[in-house]
Amino acid sequence: MVVTGMGIITSLGAGKSENWRRLTAGESGIRAITRFSTEGLKTKVAGTIDFVPAEPFCAPALAERLSEIVIEEAIGEAEIGGAREFPGPLFLAVAPVEMEWPQRKELAAASRTNEAIQYDQLLRLAAEGGFRRYHQRFMFASVGEYLAAKFGTRGSPITLSTACASGASAIQLGFEAIRRGEADAALCVATDGSINPESVVRFSLLSALSTHNEPPEGAAKPFSKNRDGFVMAEGAGALVLESYDAAKARGARILGVVEGCGEMADAFHRTRSSPDGKPIIGSMRNAIADAGLDPDDIDYINAHGTGTPENDKMEYLGVSAVLGERAKQVPISSNKSMIGHTLSAAGAVEAIFTLLTLEHQRIPPTINYKVPDPAIPLDVVPNVARDAPVRHTLSNSFGFGGQNVSLVMSREPA
Amino acid sequence: MSAEAWITGIGIVSCLGEGPDAHWQGLMHPQPTADATRFAPYVIHPLAPVEFDKQIPKKGDQRQMEPWQRIGTYAAGLALDSGRLKGTAALLAATDMIVAGGGGERDTEVDAAIMSGLRNAADPDAFINERLMSDLRPTLFLAQLSNLLAGNISIVHGVTGSSRTFMGEEAAGIDATRIALSRIAAGQSKLALVGGAQNAERKDLVLLYEFGGFVLKNEYRPVWSRSATPGFALGSLGAFLVLEERSHAEARGAEPFAKLSLVLSGRTGRDAGAVTDALRRMWEPIAPRLQSGRYAILSGATGVEPATGEERSFLAEHSEAPVRATGSRLGHGMEAQFPMNIALAALAVRHGILFAPCDGSPVERAMEGALAQAVVTGVGHWRGEGMALVEAVD
Repeated sequence: MVVTGMGIITSLGAGKSENWRRLTAGESGIRAITRFSTEGLKTKVAGTIDFVPAEPFCAPALAERLSEIVIEEAIGEAEIGGAREFPGPLFLAVAPVEMEWPQRKELAAASRTNEAIQYDQLLRLAAEGGFRRYHQRFMFASVGEYLAAKFGTRGSPITLSTACASGASAIQLGFEAIRRGEADAALCVATDGSINPESVVRFSLLSALSTHNEPPEGAAKPFSKNRDGFVMAEGAGALVLESYDAAKARGARILGVVEGCGEMADAFHRTRSSPDGKPIIGSMRNAIADAGLDPDDIDYINAHGTGTPENDKMEYLGVSAVLGERAKQVPISSNKSMIGHTLSAAGAVEAIFTLLTLEHQRIPPTINYKVPDPAIPLDVVPNVARDAPVRHTLSNSFGFGGQNVSLVMSREPA
Repeated sequence: MSAEAWITGIGIVSCLGEGPDAHWQGLMHPQPTADATRFAPYVIHPLAPVEFDKQIPKKGDQRQMEPWQRIGTYAAGLALDSGRLKGTAALLAATDMIVAGGGGERDTEVDAAIMSGLRNAADPDAFINERLMSDLRPTLFLAQLSNLLAGNISIVHGVTGSSRTFMGEEAAGIDATRIALSRIAAGQSKLALVGGAQNAERKDLVLLYEFGGFVLKNEYRPVWSRSATPGFALGSLGAFLVLEERSHAEARGAEPFAKLSLVLSGRTGRDAGAVTDALRRMWEPIAPRLQSGRYAILSGATGVEPATGEERSFLAEHSEAPVRATGSRLGHGMEAQFPMNIALAALAVRHGILFAPCDGSPVERAMEGALAQAVVTGVGHWRGEGMALVEAVD
């Protein structure tokens, strides 16, 4: 299973080359939130994408626009299919969709009442037919429907969510569909544009976010002793996945290989990992076994590495169980130290960075690593990118709801 | 080579009650189930009383869920019981789960209070921030997240083989079933839990669909009798299926309800006639497998136009087949509708007879003789088309 096209957008910029240049320079895309007032919020920083307009602004509108940009880049690179005719299915990871506060404000204003507003007034307004556009905009299927129509993907577009593992699940579903022989190619996309007040409040109330607001670029501190939560961010990634034979037959340039996918759900808790790390370990081992490899073959790990106290501790536990003695030597770095946690997009965004790591034989750093955590004795590629031979990589994605997905990728087909 | 998939577990709950027997009785002996007063003018099919403790024993777990997750976790538990998987750790650790999830269940009191207060707030944006920080329950987010129905099923019932959540209204339920079956057919999976849930009894959900004018108002009518007043009556329901590779089921002595032979899905842009054409295309691979006089069509028609009218045109081309639109009886379950109809189709072919007409319209007529096969249709109110073939196990 090979990758023949990639597109990426993050708070560092649009496109592969800009992202890779800034990522390996150790630059941060995290900044003070200016999109909305942060008055009264504990967290005031994020990896927003402010350079892409989306109107009227809401998470699915931005997510849709970001995915369009990265799909164009990926399909352009893969040179696959005709105009508006991608020869395979779409697997799309997006954040759950719902109406947001700008729309509620609009409805409240339109209610023309001085009395307390209840949902009954909103229902009457809706029945008048003046807000028909909000039905389509806030359908879960809306982004996938738009993309399927625009790029002419085949069949019913699959929209999915496995929380912060969603991007990896989209790749996994495409991988499985090609392996089943249902398609020669799949378009695997993950996108997230949900930096809005309620989303920030929600993660904040779960004590998941860093409150290190000054300076913003120092907020994401994966694997550091003083790490205090993740930093929300926006982004999107698209991959054109093809069977090796189909890619070879059409003379496509092969950018990398997805060798295996692994998954294991956790039944322990809604937001925390099983203390024995069994599901995380199982996810990594399943991916390595699916690739037909041994843990000894892995020579770089693109960490989930959110920078929450819990995640990084558990990821260390998992990695050390899977790699054994080698855990201290195998480099492991967190892209999230620079781009933040792109949530639903993270699995695909970080898979692309992993493929670029393989292509350039250069490992992006974990920045903001100033106070090592003695409980996590890993080679986190601190602060500065490093040239190193990398053949087989593991990319981890873990999410709320016990979601764990790991991908094994390499440069050259075996 | 393609492996055969059996339905070895069914977990269903709706306005008809819970479990296969209650549903069969409810379908054989129809009673009114719609409620046109509680959310007037909107018509809904509320959930029959359910003792959630029976499948979700810990109150702490129940408190972490909003109703849509409770309904789904409950139905999933019924399916695992039905498939004799409950408590079998090794099998649950090998069960691949695909949930068709909605989500976003809101605290409507908090929303209403903030909207009311906004008008007099000196700084409206700061007001929203402050109120959300102080008024939202910290765990509400987890009850809203689409993938947390699957997460709760993992926690409460121990299903951990794999966990994927598809989103996208009706199409999510169709594709969840299709992918679960495809994985079994291709040998990628031996055992799967697939389904979805909806809580219709929430104004925030009614609002979303009322934006588009899709909700049945004022008076209940059966699905086929709504062309003058089109719309769906949302139904609270949960439906989960245990799908199992045949030899895996035989090896552990699991009894099949039926065989799930085929699931197809598609996407049209809903140009005029597109639904009829899509159903015709999906019918093509199914038609050669049908036994004359021994099959029926279980329609997922919503009552929304033009989709339902277009489906009716398709059905008119197959007037040899008795039709049942279960939406007339259970309401429209959105993500859960297609899995629910597959479950009801499985019950019917296992009983070997078709249940009573869901309304008195000419579309539905009594079926004489034995039933061996059921074709299930799913036509989303806005997007998504699907079809399945459910067959009796010989």
